[in-house]
Amino acid sequence: MTVSEYFSGLFTGIKSLLIGMSVTWKELFTKKITQQYPENRGTLVISDRWRGNLTMPHDENNEHACTACSICQMNCPNGTIVVKSKTIETEDGKKKKILDTYTYDLGTCTFCNLCVITCPSNAIRFDNSFENALFTRSKLLERLNHEGSKLREKKAAPKAAENIPG
Amino acid sequence: MLLEISHPLELIKLTASLDSFLHGLLPSWAALLIEFILVGVVLLAMYAVIALILIYAERKITAFFQCRYGPNRVGKYGLIQSVADMVKILLKEIIHVDSVDKFLFYLAPFFVICASMLTFAALPFGNGLHAVDFNVGVFYLIAVSSLSIIGVLLAGWSSNNKYSMIGAMRSGAQFISYELSAGLSLLTVAVLAGSLQLSTIVADQSYVYHWNLFRGHLPAVIAFIIYLIAGHAETNRGPFDLPEAESELTAGYHTEYSGLQFGFYYLAEYLNMFIIAGIGTTMFLGGWNAIQVEGWDGFNQVMNFIPSYAWFFAKTGVLIFLSLWVRWTFPRLRIDQLLNLEWKYLLPINLVNLVIMAIIVVFGLYIK
Repeated sequence: MTVSEYFSGLFTGIKSLLIGMSVTWKELFTKKITQQYPENRGTLVISDRWRGNLTMPHDENNEHACTACSICQMNCPNGTIVVKSKTIETEDGKKKKILDTYTYDLGTCTFCNLCVITCPSNAIRFDNSFENALFTRSKLLERLNHEGSKLREKKAAPKAAENIPG
Repeated sequence: MLLEISHPLELIKLTASLDSFLHGLLPSWAALLIEFILVGVVLLAMYAVIALILIYAERKITAFFQCRYGPNRVGKYGLIQSVADMVKILLKEIIHVDSVDKFLFYLAPFFVICASMLTFAALPFGNGLHAVDFNVGVFYLIAVSSLSIIGVLLAGWSSNNKYSMIGAMRSGAQFISYELSAGLSLLTVAVLAGSLQLSTIVADQSYVYHWNLFRGHLPAVIAFIIYLIAGHAETNRGPFDLPEAESELTAGYHTEYSGLQFGFYYLAEYLNMFIIAGIGTTMFLGGWNAIQVEGWDGFNQVMNFIPSYAWFFAKTGVLIFLSLWVRWTFPRLRIDQLLNLEWKYLLPINLVNLVIMAIIVVFGLYIK
């Protein structure tokens, strides 16, 4: 190591240390990113991509889009979804399979989103709730279709952007 | 001049009146005995209180450096968080490890805590708030603050644990190296001040340009920076925390300690930080002197209303903040880098600096 290398090394070192300190000085005054969770529950922003809980959206007429095809049930790797259908007879005498109960077990769900991706009628989606803790396991079993709801009599709406993978 | 202006909040009148009251009431030896005990109790209480405040301040400032809030649940703004932590550590069980060297193991924390306590006694906290004023005060401070390394080495040795051992060995190498730089940079100031007595050194730094940092031109500034680096390394913190590098050695020399014994190390670490900053304040930044600018009488008057101990703690606080800033900026050094920094950079620079300072003093080039 020559003398000039010694001194240039020394001063470069000091310079880079000062640059580092100026960076942390700026960081001292940046906005705090901590979420004060239980207090800020009202203003908390959860990403739309967060898969919290499987839901079946119902419109104002208590109608959903589920045709009880049970593709979601077949695609579910854990057997989380159980679609029970029943056969009814319509006014013009045709037999038709409609949804009876759509059961979702939050306790075995891995939130893989396969059910939502494969649903041909876009009837289910994950909401971004996250406070899923409960005291008993039996409460994890949810029935997603509301009481007395029925199938919406029209073409399925285009898939919502946030549920398209990739 | 300065002392003609009254200092309304000084404690010196209070202590003086207490002294005359006790001497009027009791024989001289009894009055002295009571005063000694009082001074001891006050210093011990201050020791604990300063540690609590420092722990809170450190956690808060650390959090701000990392875009967090820090403690904010216990009390308003988390103000009594460190009190809660203290209660917790007092209640914790001291786990008795069977295979340690029992005598040394239980002795070691006392070395550390006693060393920093002894240093405390000789620090001038304010006008008249100076327990022991040795004529070799600087020498005493350096000597006594080095004692804590014995505690660290004993802890590492007696723990019968390889991590503790490695930590203690690193700590020893680091401490002895950096003690050299700290001592030499303080020596540079002692050359400038012409005295080792802390009260004289403080009294000489009345106006701002008389502060040793400014009076000695560039050599004093270099000595100050080297002192801060070496002092920071001595406290085993920041980029120099190899002795307890938690990613390599779990906790280094105090791995086996629990409860209050660990608390002693924790306390001593924070107090050492305070002591390093306190010595820096006394030697370089005018000690407990208020900021006084010659000619600005109104300004001086206002500054004098702030008592001297507040000035001491404010200046010390600035230095502590600097140390925290460094701590949360730089990554940890490797052991060879650490020793390179000391032996190849700080020490040669320090020696040359000392010679330059001696020349300045001999030719009277410093600000008089």
